[in-house]
Amino acid sequence: MKITKQTVENVAMLSRLNIADNKMDKYIEEFSNFLEYVDVLQQVNTENIKPTAHVLPLQNVFREDIVKSSLSREAALANAPEQEDGYFKVPRIIE
Amino acid sequence: MSYEAVIGLEIHSELKTKTKIFCGCATTFGAEQNTHVCPVCLGLPGVLPVVNKKVVEFALKAGLALNCTINKFSKFDRKNYYYPDLPKNFQTSQFDLPIAEHGYVDIEVNDTTKRIRITRIHMEEDAGKLVHAGDTIKDSASSNVDYNRTGVPLIEIVSEPDMRTAEEARAYMEKVKSILEYIDVSNCKMEEGNLRADVNVSLRPTGSEMLGTKAEMKNLNSFKMVENALEYEIERQEEILEDGGHVIQETRTWDDNKGITLSMRTKEKAQDYRYMPEPDLVPIITTDEQIAAVKKTLPELPDARRDRLIDDCGLSSYDAGVITNSREMAEYFDAVIKQNVDAKLAANWIMGDLAKNLNAAGKTIAESPVSAKNLAKMIKLIQNNTISSKIAKKVFDEMWQSDNDPELIVKEKGLVQITDTDAIEKIVDEVLLGNPKPVADYKGGNTKSIGFLVGQVMKASRGKANPAMVNKLLKEKLSQ
Repeated sequence: MKITKQTVENVAMLSRLNIADNKMDKYIEEFSNFLEYVDVLQQVNTENIKPTAHVLPLQNVFREDIVKSSLSREAALANAPEQEDGYFKVPRIIE
Repeated sequence: MSYEAVIGLEIHSELKTKTKIFCGCATTFGAEQNTHVCPVCLGLPGVLPVVNKKVVEFALKAGLALNCTINKFSKFDRKNYYYPDLPKNFQTSQFDLPIAEHGYVDIEVNDTTKRIRITRIHMEEDAGKLVHAGDTIKDSASSNVDYNRTGVPLIEIVSEPDMRTAEEARAYMEKVKSILEYIDVSNCKMEEGNLRADVNVSLRPTGSEMLGTKAEMKNLNSFKMVENALEYEIERQEEILEDGGHVIQETRTWDDNKGITLSMRTKEKAQDYRYMPEPDLVPIITTDEQIAAVKKTLPELPDARRDRLIDDCGLSSYDAGVITNSREMAEYFDAVIKQNVDAKLAANWIMGDLAKNLNAAGKTIAESPVSAKNLAKMIKLIQNNTISSKIAKKVFDEMWQSDNDPELIVKEKGLVQITDTDAIEKIVDEVLLGNPKPVADYKGGNTKSIGFLVGQVMKASRGKANPAMVNKLLKEKLSQ
């Protein structure tokens, strides 16, 4: 897959990142290198290997349905950039 | 050209667990904003979610009740998107290995049974709630977020695009709600958002196998909304196609006040969820023994119950459908007929006066002021001719106020039906004497005038005369 300026811009938009124009060439090159490496991995024969769902040999880790105390509202909102009436306040959502 | 609608539903149902899916915060509805939150559901760095056992149990129950195959190996994935109701910027959901797949439900529309296939059921967490500053999301300068609902367990039930009309979509949603109520995994209170549907609809020329471009409407939380939004959207797309235009694939919002759908352009260009396996949660393995054990806990489901009411109680398919649609009503019905009363009469009273009063009072049948036991007693009084159906309405109204024993009400208010022939005959004679014109009309061939005379006799007896006997006596006397 050929990495273009548009690809980098799209990934940046999906991740909510700003990429300065003078860094663009650098990112295009790094992205290309990542994907080239993935291409190398793709060549490994995995025919008889089960897909990995998790790296640890664990399954069925559950907790009982018992209520524990929650944070106080003050603590929950402590790091909010903006708050209003006990809510987290966020900027306009729709364009 | 005539078009055919192709409709699919994604139904989100909150599960009635005490705690959230990955943490011990309470799920109680209506708590003060941001008081049921903790580092796990707020997505603070370094926390470790752990799956609530009950969520898996409920999801398995729902999977089996909706005729699905259970995936014995199931896992969680992260669905990445940015929206302020999602504090982690990803929703923990299931992607390629959902807990259940390949199910179906049967719906009845216009006396025809139709099978709607279910693609999959997966477990996921609910998002928070946004409160907008303006009237709608579109004219708000800012929004406020309450994260209490974040992490409340959901199952998402995805249907195949098997529905063709708004009516079918409604029937499907009603059936799914009914089944979830029966198996007791969700409160199904639609007004509290326990059950919400995202609806996809596209149009194609009738007879075509190709799929048209679809529009999606999210978060419809009443049957009426699903039906209205679909009817509007089908008409809107039809007009576009008729004019030679193209439907745009988009999410539209349903404005319930105006009764229209509106385009909802979000900042996200193309949706790209970039699913990845959730590294903080380990796979869920379900054994055949577990599946068999859950199967055993399933109650008699709506379809089976409806068939039983048709076969064993002689109810019509329609009546049996209405009664078994809600588990509460079906149980009330069973409690009434257990007292050996006529099933059809019981069905009529439950679907008639009782349902009417409950609706008017905004009560569910479980909150009925008239107990099943007393309703059964009243029906027995009708069956043994102690009271007429007309008087029974009065008795019922008394019971609605007090839930007193109907036998007592009948005695205290002197409502016992007059079945004594002599007593009735006396009234009939008086009425015949006092109404020469209708009598002459009847004798002249206008037999309809007997209705008026029956009414007069009933009135004179203050409703207590047995109507069948009044009818019979009047006819006898008029043909003499």
